[in-house]
Amino acid sequence: MNATAQNYNPWLHRFIVVTAIATFLLLGSGGMVTSHEAGMSVPDWPNTYGYNMFLFPVSKWMGGIFYEHTHRLLASGIAFLTTVFVVWLWFKDSRKWMRWLGVLAFVLVALQGVLGGLRVTLHMDKLGIVHGALAQLFFVLVCAQALFTSRWWQNVAQATRLPDQKNSQNAAGTAALRWLVLATTVLIFLQLILGATMRHQHAGLAIPDFPLAYGKIWPDTTAAAVAHYNTNRVEVISENPITAGQIILQMAHRIVAVLVLICVGAVTFCSRRCQSAERAIAPPTHVGGYESKVAVRLSLFWLALIVVQIALGAWTIWSNKAADVATAHVLVGALALVTGALWCVVAFRRWRPLPRVEPAGTLPDAFGAHPAMAGNK
Amino acid sequence: MKGVKVLPVFLLLAVLASAPLTRAADIIGTITLKGTPPPEVPYTPLMDNPDCAAMHKTTPTTHFYVVGPEGELADVVVSLKGVTGKSTGTSQPPVLLDQKGCLYTPQILAIQTGQKLVVRNSDHCIHNVHCTPKVAGNEEHNDAQMPGAADLTYTFAQPEMFITFKCDVHPWMFAWVSVFDSPWFGVSGTDGKFVIKNVPPVKYTVEANHRKLGAQTQDVEVKDSDVTVNFTFEVK
Repeated sequence: MNATAQNYNPWLHRFIVVTAIATFLLLGSGGMVTSHEAGMSVPDWPNTYGYNMFLFPVSKWMGGIFYEHTHRLLASGIAFLTTVFVVWLWFKDSRKWMRWLGVLAFVLVALQGVLGGLRVTLHMDKLGIVHGALAQLFFVLVCAQALFTSRWWQNVAQATRLPDQKNSQNAAGTAALRWLVLATTVLIFLQLILGATMRHQHAGLAIPDFPLAYGKIWPDTTAAAVAHYNTNRVEVISENPITAGQIILQMAHRIVAVLVLICVGAVTFCSRRCQSAERAIAPPTHVGGYESKVAVRLSLFWLALIVVQIALGAWTIWSNKAADVATAHVLVGALALVTGALWCVVAFRRWRPLPRVEPAGTLPDAFGAHPAMAGNK
Repeated sequence: MKGVKVLPVFLLLAVLASAPLTRAADIIGTITLKGTPPPEVPYTPLMDNPDCAAMHKTTPTTHFYVVGPEGELADVVVSLKGVTGKSTGTSQPPVLLDQKGCLYTPQILAIQTGQKLVVRNSDHCIHNVHCTPKVAGNEEHNDAQMPGAADLTYTFAQPEMFITFKCDVHPWMFAWVSVFDSPWFGVSGTDGKFVIKNVPPVKYTVEANHRKLGAQTQDVEVKDSDVTVNFTFEVK
């Protein structure tokens, strides 16, 4: 049995999968804190209204305190789970990079806790944006670790390829696909930062209608127009009046949403083209054929996520930023980011630059990677 | 006989010295609103909170536009623009901001720099008192206030309009406190009237500021009698 297969530990993998699911729930919990404007409802940290955090009476979990306090408790749970799997990895996984990735996860979760606490104790609202963005990255990392500990990942290194001679066109297509997936994933992350920035303005909906903006394709953002919007706006839980900058920020978020949709659509298109090209040059039993089918399905799943995300964004506006809808929008955004990130991990992991002399007919797979080279774990 | 001629002069000088050379006056006026303001919105989240709902028989609404039958506009903060360094805040009695029925009362108020603002929790539930000034020198605070806890006291060193006070436990709770560096300001009541008392006679720019409708100014000259300055805001 090779070293790669020896690393497969089903219980460790399941533990990390549970941690990933719990992290997703924590993202939702954090989303509810912001959606309910409850981020500062517990003025002290790490205590809660003077109590030890774990001893705060349930009878006092009212209003905004409920969201903030449960978020802190869940975060503590995630920190515990992360610590357990980091130690477990260190003792049970022989891959050095994997162990250090576990350490990175521990550092990130600790940093997240400190950032959340400092946001409260230093009254630094902008730290909430960093805290939200880092949460998404931590979620990606934990999901990646779930992938790396899976049987599938550890078997991929042993996959073989059937020889084929007509591969140059498809190689170019799948290389383009790989980079397109990466660029789209980066764009999604930028969109998440835009969204986090919007959510931490504490000004409610900067634009109350969709798909138009104040009845126009591009809203009037002159001082007189913004004054008019604020005069006629009656908000319940929004602290601040809206500004021209916030209106432009929301417009940027809408435009990037369209770009993301186009990019993910392009990924789907490229995946199908790669699949068609592969079918033309390879027998149906080709390993690449199986992978291209997975790539097409994954791209369609990604596209569906983006369509749902856009619908949730519209619903957030139409519902006057209902907390549960806005939070669902955050969560689907996280899933879209993770989908792209894991696709990149798979595609680039299995890609190596072609040697000057290579075996004839090696066929890149539909994820955009060349076959696993010897020693590629 | 020289003494007899000088005496009336001395008497006249004595009378003049004892009388003030100038007399402070009041600036009074009325604020009205033209046009129809947007309808107020019910505090639905308040009624979803059992602690808070128990204190209300009906759902309270926002009150950004408090308008009388003849258009009298309340909650307009009127002050003398650009007057600084005249604060008497440290010697003034504190001003009370109360949390009652999970709402801040009053919603709009004004104090001087250095004057104490006392925040009270009259409710049977937890509030946090979170103020977010934007001007450097005014400190942000976020303090827990349990039911029955002692009053919290704040002062602000710099003038600033509409400092937000809020409760993050009950995110619909807001008050806005304006801070001035002089004693010459007022807030219009439900009759739309305001008074700025004992203003020394000089030329001023009077500014009327409503949180939603913005600011207007008028130049006035205070002499030895009360001056009337009226403002009309319009919702377009």
